[in-house]
Amino acid sequence: MILDGKVPSGRIEEKWDKHRFEMKLVSPANKRKYKILIVGTGLAGASAAASLAELGYNVEVFTYHDSPRRAHSIAAQGGINAAKNYPNDGDSIWRLFYDTVKGGDFRAREANVYRLAQVSNNIIDQCVAQGVPFAREYSGYLANRSFGGAQLSRTFYARGQTGQQLLLGAYSAMMRQVGLKKIILHTRTEMLDLVVIDGVARGIVTRNLLNGKIESFVGDAVVLATGGYSNVFFLSTNAQACNVTATYRAYKRGAFFANPAFTQIHPTCIPQSGEHQSKLTLMSESLRNDGRVWVPKNPGDKRDPRDIPEDERDYFLERMYPSYGNLAPRDIASRAAKRVCDEGRGVGPTGNGVYLDFADAIKRLGKKVIEERYGNLFEMYERITGDNPYETPMRIYPAPHYTMGGLWVDYNLMSNLPGLHVIGEANFSDHGANRLGASALMQGLADGYFILPYTIGHYFATTKLEKVTTDHPEFKKVEKEVEERIKKIMSINGKKTPTQFHRELGKIMWNYCGMSRNEQGLKTALELVPKLREEFWQNLTMVGEEGDLNIVLEKALRVADFLEFAELMLWDALERNESCGGHFREEHQYPDGEAKRDDENFCHVAAWEFTGVGNKPIRHIEPLVFEYVPLTVRSYK
Amino acid sequence: MKITLHIWRQKNSNDKGHFETYHLDNVIEDMSFLEMLDVLNEKLVAEGKEPVAFDHDCREGICGACSLTINGIPHGPEKNTTTCQLHMRKFKDGDEIWVEPFRARAFPVIKDLIVDRSAFDRIIQAGGFISVNTGQAPEANSILVPKQNADNAMDAAQCIGCGACVAACPNGAAMLFVAAKVSHFAYLPQGQPERKRRVLAMVEQMQKEGFGNCSNFYECGAACPKGISVRFIALMNRDYLKASYSEEKLEFAEKE
Ligand SMILES: Cc1cc2nc3c(=O)[nH]c(=O)nc-3n(C[C@H](O)[C@H](O)[C@H](O)COP(=O)(O)OP(=O)(O)OC[C@H]3O[C@@H](n4cnc5c(N)ncnc54)[C@H](O)[C@@H]3O)c2cc1C
Ligand code: SF4
Ligand code: FES
Repeated sequence: MILDGKVPSGRIEEKWDKHRFEMKLVSPANKRKYKILIVGTGLAGASAAASLAELGYNVEVFTYHDSPRRAHSIAAQGGINAAKNYPNDGDSIWRLFYDTVKGGDFRAREANVYRLAQVSNNIIDQCVAQGVPFAREYSGYLANRSFGGAQLSRTFYARGQTGQQLLLGAYSAMMRQVGLKKIILHTRTEMLDLVVIDGVARGIVTRNLLNGKIESFVGDAVVLATGGYSNVFFLSTNAQACNVTATYRAYKRGAFFANPAFTQIHPTCIPQSGEHQSKLTLMSESLRNDGRVWVPKNPGDKRDPRDIPEDERDYFLERMYPSYGNLAPRDIASRAAKRVCDEGRGVGPTGNGVYLDFADAIKRLGKKVIEERYGNLFEMYERITGDNPYETPMRIYPAPHYTMGGLWVDYNLMSNLPGLHVIGEANFSDHGANRLGASALMQGLADGYFILPYTIGHYFATTKLEKVTTDHPEFKKVEKEVEERIKKIMSINGKKTPTQFHRELGKIMWNYCGMSRNEQGLKTALELVPKLREEFWQNLTMVGEEGDLNIVLEKALRVADFLEFAELMLWDALERNESCGGHFREEHQYPDGEAKRDDENFCHVAAWEFTGVGNKPIRHIEPLVFEYVPLTVRSYK
Repeated sequence: MKITLHIWRQKNSNDKGHFETYHLDNVIEDMSFLEMLDVLNEKLVAEGKEPVAFDHDCREGICGACSLTINGIPHGPEKNTTTCQLHMRKFKDGDEIWVEPFRARAFPVIKDLIVDRSAFDRIIQAGGFISVNTGQAPEANSILVPKQNADNAMDAAQCIGCGACVAACPNGAAMLFVAAKVSHFAYLPQGQPERKRRVLAMVEQMQKEGFGNCSNFYECGAACPKGISVRFIALMNRDYLKASYSEEKLEFAEKE
């Protein structure tokens, strides 16, 4: 099937305005007749919930956290982009649009990206009005910085806690509506399935994490704002509870999953220190401005790094990419680090790490300058590792960080299932095959504050919805399926914990579908994952009761879905027989290690349709047309 | 290293609860405190026993989910450090560690080390916001904020809503948490129109939730993992007094 993204006609600058004019409206008096179910309270979910409730809709919000403010968006550090051009350095909506399309390696829909750049400025206005304490100049005006290798200063930030402050802004707007009784909030409630009636998304089935109660909720539309799936790799920079269940369950009910293989690996994270490791911590990329990356020349060299003489060190980034050196782009730097570690030259207890050395910089600039630039990062590093980076080199290693793939949505942010809307990291929309720094926060808030509130009204105004209640047989059927799934998991009487299975799955995915991929490896993984899944259903050990707060059961349900989802990711990585952005197929590279796109055959979105567990899903495509940003090789020479 | 743990186990809010003792032989210095508990839990599950339930998520010291009172101190002994950022190298081989939930009247225990902190959400809901709808905002740079004020606002806004201040307070007061939010907005021009109403509403909700009164022990500031300053409490008290004697108090009362 060829999918239609429903991009409005007309010039790109006019599409969104024209579309807003052409969309049908719901009158204020009628809005309160509609009920919207929103799953997720991160930037996307909280901003959508607040905005829709302000408009007069009835909103119910769900999160598995104890408070909406804990959503993973809280952890974003660096900043949020906008095309304000306050520094007068030549920025514009057009340039932000252009950079994002190119940065995504030409695998995003142009019209969506343009709209994102257009509303980026409104986001900053809105957040400032809410009281988000962005960094300021002495004059009282907003401060900007450049971020993630951008040539412009278009990033707004609140110290190193931008995500926290933006989320608290959206959260407070949402809580205001909870106080006004326009939003009903369900915390510690996990969505376990989607209910589709006559092809239309009409509700969800949830589990109350405190007492295990399975419940149904009916609505006129369902919005998923459930974040990304980096935790399929077990170790990632994401929070512990991040999982794929909501979007994967929607996929199993007929929603298409787009580009699941597009994942982003961040080069500068604190490496794993042992098997006990539960997560990887991101260190700001800015460290590469002054640090030099190296490993010992000889495999297995276990000496203290300070005792290894200059001529026995390999400054591999400087050697392999003389012009960019330590500042080589994210994906290139990540892959190079993996390569030297695979050669047995990695450092640290696990051998998966490379040095980031500040000795030269300290010699050149003095300790004081380095402290001013990176003091708090060095402190955080020392807290976690116990090493003092002023004295001994840091160790870093790449880690899964963000997932560009997600449920397929059209220009209105609606999936192929009418009524099911998907926003934030959970959808596939704007970042193509690679996301630029500081643009995930922008997208989440664009979707929630400024896009969905319009497009969902159009859906209501143009759709005749049957009156249904949770007594509908389809709700009963899905509830029963959820209950049976839980019973089945509870009854497995094996030996391995859910975490052990998760860790094993993570290893498979990291080895064969991580930083670089090839046909052979993907095919191997396509054999290993189903085997592991089979073992899970035979050899899982469970404790506790299903009708109680049960952290083992929560984990097991999430891992069960990851074990199915992983296979989908592998299929996508295998079938996309090209390299682009974060998806690097070893078979397709330029001699310098750059990703080699195949625009002839793969200039499209791949959207997958579920056909049964263990079966190969059906690959649909949405062709991508680049009318405004000409297709070029993404070169960093 | 070898560690002995005395951990609070409580089946549910009706259960009385008790300490249970566990021995771990292979604790590695590089583990975080929560990773050490992960190891214990994996062991318990493998033995068919229920693991110790505790709240956590980001493990980066920012989401505010982790809690735990470790050897009597909320978030443990390290200054400005959440439990998830505390590492085992801060303990010694052979140490005995006592682990309890955050204890406060307004934070009932749900299970083991998990407590109910939803009272914080209800305090925010009562007034911890600026009433601006999406779309109403003026151009961002039309609102100027002196850098000093922006920095002060940010110092207060850093609160992660963990509740350690409440657990540390002999009275179980939530003053630091509420003061942090009140001050965040009080320092900004955007926060002025609702300044009085906000502090009245938030304090009233705080009292309704059963948090204790402040008698200036300032244990809260010492326990706060984000170093939120107790000077914000003074600011809030001033604002509260002023608001109490203003006409808005009446208006607020009428609305009730
Ligand atoms: C360490 C780190 C740093 C980052 N820094 C930046 C940065 O500087 N700039 C930038 O632009 N981006 C950054 N990002 C990316 C960005 O933070 C995320 O992409 C973005 O915040 C995702 O927001 P979201 O609203 O889509 O989802 P999330 O914030 O992940 O929220 C998901 C929500 O869904 C809920 N949920 C999920 N599943 C269910 C379910 N089944 N049932 C009920 N509830 C459910 C969760 O409880 C949560 O409320 C960073 C990411 C990481 C990991
Ligand atoms: S004031 Fe400090 S201790 Fe209290 S909730 Fe906020 S961060 Fe936690
Ligand atoms: S787990 Fe998030 S602050 Fe500790």
